[in-house]
Amino acid sequence: MLVLDRVGKTYLNGVNALERFSVEIGLGQIVAVIGGSGCGKSTLLRAIAGLDRASHGAITLDGETIAAPHPKVGIIFQEPRLLPWLSVADNIGFGLSDVPSAERRARIAAALAKVGLADKAKAWPRELSGGQAQRVSIARALVMRPEVLLLDEPFSALDAFTRRDLQDHLLDLWSETRPTLVLVTHDVDEAVVLADRVLVMRPRPGRLFERIDVNLARPRDRNSPLFETTKRRVLTALDRSLDRDAPDPAAGVETGDALWW
Amino acid sequence: MAMTLDTPVDTTQPLARPSAPRWRRWMRPALGLLLPLTAAIAWELVVGAGWSDGRLVPPPSKIIFTIDELARSGELLRHIIATLARVGAGFGLGVAAGTILGAISGYWGLARRLLDPTIQALRAIPSIAWVPLFILWLGIFELSKVALIAVGVFFPVYLGVMGAILSVDRKIVEVGRTFRLSGPAMIRRILLPAVLPAYVVSLRVGLGLGWMFVVAAEFMGASEGLGYLLIDGQQLGKPAQILAAIVIFAILGKTTDWLIELAAKPFLRWQDAFAPGRGEP
Ligand SMILES: Nc1ncnc2c1ncn2[C@@H]1O[C@H](COP(=O)(O)OP(=O)(O)OP(=O)(O)O)[C@@H](O)[C@H]1O
Ligand SMILES: [Mg+2]
Repeated sequence: MLVLDRVGKTYLNGVNALERFSVEIGLGQIVAVIGGSGCGKSTLLRAIAGLDRASHGAITLDGETIAAPHPKVGIIFQEPRLLPWLSVADNIGFGLSDVPSAERRARIAAALAKVGLADKAKAWPRELSGGQAQRVSIARALVMRPEVLLLDEPFSALDAFTRRDLQDHLLDLWSETRPTLVLVTHDVDEAVVLADRVLVMRPRPGRLFERIDVNLARPRDRNSPLFETTKRRVLTALDRSLDRDAPDPAAGVETGDALWW
Repeated sequence: MAMTLDTPVDTTQPLARPSAPRWRRWMRPALGLLLPLTAAIAWELVVGAGWSDGRLVPPPSKIIFTIDELARSGELLRHIIATLARVGAGFGLGVAAGTILGAISGYWGLARRLLDPTIQALRAIPSIAWVPLFILWLGIFELSKVALIAVGVFFPVYLGVMGAILSVDRKIVEVGRTFRLSGPAMIRRILLPAVLPAYVVSLRVGLGLGWMFVVAAEFMGASEGLGYLLIDGQQLGKPAQILAAIVIFAILGKTTDWLIELAAKPFLRWQDAFAPGRGEP
């Protein structure tokens, strides 16, 4: 279980990027984080990944506090961030240097096959298309068998077809080992297709605005009326989150506290 | 889906594939040779026809004859070896010092604030200005010459290494951090490969300066070396010998530069940079 307890982050320049963010995410859950630009979504993810320290509150995974990158937590960035001097296979095996070489090779081959790039093992990253490169970065994270996988707008740079393809792909991969997924996105469609729960954030300071549970059976039909309804609910919440005068429903009793601060 | 996106691109391919690149690849260097070759032949003819005595500007045949003569007597080899040894020693020292100090300054902020201002101040001094001091300190023989060359090589290597480390992409360093690389592993697996292309460039710049400074070093009193051939040619009024030494400098400079490029090539195959003419394997 991933627990965030009143996590806050104030950058050195005084920007209050995240404030009192609390959520509990059970193992195997898929959570989508959605919100306007600059409302602290990346800040949140980087704190969970241990790349940045939260200035307030605590992040724990199965009771263990996360203050630095954790072996059970993987992250996929918006850009593939492949190492250009390593072949595709070596990029995927980057985190496996402690694994015996026979096993490493087997795991790399399996991961390559899973993302459908078995024929690209020896290619250089520069020879890949954007979608292929992002698939390699997904494989690089999954080959570590993380318990929690964080994704920061992983498909936002891709065209609509490729994005849809990779969303389905991600779900396939998820269903094999069922890690916890925390996915930041700008795309309401993507959030509703993938997530069990959608967290809507609001900016200045970045905080949780609303949680919306998505009770749709998988695989989800993007054209079903229920899907549409859920999408509309997320959209409405998103609209209200950007409206400065709307009250904070998720903050509840804490609103009084927040004013006091 | 990938097919539908790829197809329109493929249809344009036949247009852009004539057989031209093959002979164009030979044409380009040939085109570069056209001007100097024409000038050389023209000058040869002018002197041959007796329109000029070619005393101050000897014709190409005379230069080749001089090189041949020097080579036969074994003198040329002696001078080349002397110069190469000086460049080699100075380059080695300069590269070692530049790499170590550049890496320290690039990696540790405190060391950079401590070291870099001094090094930048020293860099502002024209290196030749050190010559009198080096001669006083190290004598007029090999040591002062090697020191001058090393100083010339040091600065571009130092700057290149430090700049390369400072400009390593934070995003790629973060990849290393998420895989929890230790300090040494981060250096070996992320920083070194990221820095290598810029390092090779700084080595080549350093080598160029090394060749420049070896001439200056040999001007300050040498009994052998290509720089000595230059001075000797001037004092005895032998322009052919001067030009012969210049030609050999050019050949050696180009060859050593090419050797660095060749040595680095296997490590830089991954590069995705603008490199005209790299297209065909
Ligand atoms: N390194 C930093 N130093 C200072 N301020 C920062 C830093 N990174 C982000 N911020 C600020 O923190 C706030 C939240 O940024 P963050 O990147 O988390 O937003 P985001 O929700 O991911 O936005 P987007 O959807 O555009 O990616 C912004 O106001 C931003 O200006
Ligand atoms: Mg972001």
